[in-house]
Amino acid sequence: MDNKTIIAVASIVVAGMTIAVGALGPALAEGKAVATALRSLAQQPDASKTITRTLFVGLAMIESLAIYCFVVSMILIFANPFWK
Amino acid sequence: MPLSADQMIFWRHGFVKLNGTIVFTWALMLVLIVGAKLVTRKLSTDLKRARWQNFLEMIVTNIDEQIEEVGLPNPEKYLGFLGTLFLFVATASLFTIIPGYQPPTGSLSTTAALALCVFVAVPWFGIKEQGLGSYLKSYVEPTPLMLPFNIISEVSRTLALAVRLFGNMMSGVMIIGILLTVTPFIFPIVMTTLGLLTGMVQAYIFGILAAVYIAAATRARKPKARATT
Repeated sequence: MDNKTIIAVASIVVAGMTIAVGALGPALAEGKAVATALRSLAQQPDASKTITRTLFVGLAMIESLAIYCFVVSMILIFANPFWK
Repeated sequence: MPLSADQMIFWRHGFVKLNGTIVFTWALMLVLIVGAKLVTRKLSTDLKRARWQNFLEMIVTNIDEQIEEVGLPNPEKYLGFLGTLFLFVATASLFTIIPGYQPPTGSLSTTAALALCVFVAVPWFGIKEQGLGSYLKSYVEPTPLMLPFNIISEVSRTLALAVRLFGNMMSGVMIIGILLTVTPFIFPIVMTTLGLLTGMVQAYIFGILAAVYIAAATRARKPKARATT
C-alpha cells in the first residue's frame, strides 16, 4: 500500500470511529440531564420556566461536544489537509 | 448540491468574489430592516392595532422577559444587541423553507463573526456597568492564580459559541444533501423540518448564552458578603 492509500484508509476509519465514540458520551450525559430535569419538574412544577431554560442551555453545552467530534470527522472526510 | 453557502459563487472579479454567504446575509439584512421599517410606520397604543405590530410586540416583550430572567435588571440596554443576535440567527434558519437558500450561518465565517461580536460586547457592557478597574479585578477573582484560566475560559467560550452554531447549521445542510442522493423527496423534507427546529433552538441558545456571559460580566460585586447567583 502506498502512502496515499494509507492516508485514505486511516482518515476514513478514524472519521467513522470519531463520530461513533464521540456521540456516545454526550448521549448518556443528555439522558441524565433530562431525567434530572423531569424529576425536579415533578417536584416543583412552578419553577418550570427556569428549569426548562436551564435544561436547554445545559443540553446545548453538552451537544457541542458531539458537534466538535462531528466537525472533526467532516474535516477528515471533506477537507483533509493531507489529501491532494 | 452545494454543501454550504460558501461554495455558491455569484460574482467574481479578480480575487474578490461574492459567495452565497455574503449575498444571503445581505438579503436577510434587507428583509429584516425593510420589514421592521414597514411594520413600525404607524404604531398605535390603543386596543386596536395592526397584526404585524402585535407580532413584533410579542417577540420584543418575550426577549425582554428572557433577558431579565437571566439576571440583567434593565433589559432595554441589552435588547438591541441580544435581540439582533437572536433575530438574525432565527431568520437565517427560518428561511431554509425557501428553495435555493442556504443559511449563511452554515459558514464558519458568519458564526465566527457573531461570536467575535459577543467577545467584544461582554467587556464592553461589563466596563459600562462596573467601570474599568472593577471589571479587570473580576479576572483575578477568587485568587490571582485564576487569571490565566479566566482568560482561557473567555476565549474558549467564544470559540465554542462559533463552532456550536456552525456545526449545528452545517450538519443540517449536509444531512439533507446526503439524503437527497439516497432517498429523494420525502425523507429530505422531514430532515428539513428537523433542521428548522434545531435552527430555532440554536438561535435561542446563542442569545441566552450571550445574555448569560454579559450577566456574568456585569454582576455587581459586593465586597465581602457576596450573594450566590
